[in-house]
Amino acid sequence: MLVLSRKKGQSIMIGNDIEISIIDIQGEQIRIGINAPRHVTVYRKEVFEEIIKENKEAASVSVNPELIKGINIKRNANQKINENGN
Amino acid sequence: MQLNTKHFGVIDVDEKETLYFPSGIPGFENVKKYVLLGKQEAESPFFWLQSIDKPDLAFVVTDPFYIKEDYYVDVDDEEIEEIQITDPENVLTLAIVTIPENIQHMTVNLKAPVLINMKNNMGKQVIMKDDTFPVKYYIMTGGSEPPR
Repeated sequence: MLVLSRKKGQSIMIGNDIEISIIDIQGEQIRIGINAPRHVTVYRKEVFEEIIKENKEAASVSVNPELIKGINIKRNANQKINENGN
Repeated sequence: MQLNTKHFGVIDVDEKETLYFPSGIPGFENVKKYVLLGKQEAESPFFWLQSIDKPDLAFVVTDPFYIKEDYYVDVDDEEIEEIQITDPENVLTLAIVTIPENIQHMTVNLKAPVLINMKNNMGKQVIMKDDTFPVKYYIMTGGSEPPR
């Protein structure tokens, strides 16, 4: 991993169209500004990792297709039911 | 073509039904080709997203609009550029289902739906930026976590 030291107000260029700026530093909290082309998706790493974890969990279970077919779902239709019931 | 599946043995699938995920699915980035199985089971809201090259890899998926009536998908146009979506009418929206041992705790990932452009059979799992819908939406109780 490349490690660079930067001060508040300074930035880093990745390639020629992604700029990472250090906006502010407050103790342990650092505000980072990102300028990137719109097709580059930017997420907090935790969010992306959560999706990966969920996908792996979803893929890991061995499910009997017959079992799934028999599942009755409680649909979230409460608003409509309430409206009609009044 | 003959397809080796996780749950249905060897089945025959029309090659034209191949769904191509240019970026794979997060966690399975190298697996790019899938087929959707179970569509003919009209009475069940669940389908299988089966990998073509990895027989052991299959996701249970469902229609999120069936699970939650007020569901919607909100992503930037740029995010779906990769699968060339131009007309929302031609998009099939699926959500990945996680089924733990206790089936009462099964969840569906509403934050990161799988979008399939039915015009060109390209797919992508997108992650919504806001937190309107959770990664773990408990199907059996209509949202909240059931008591353990």
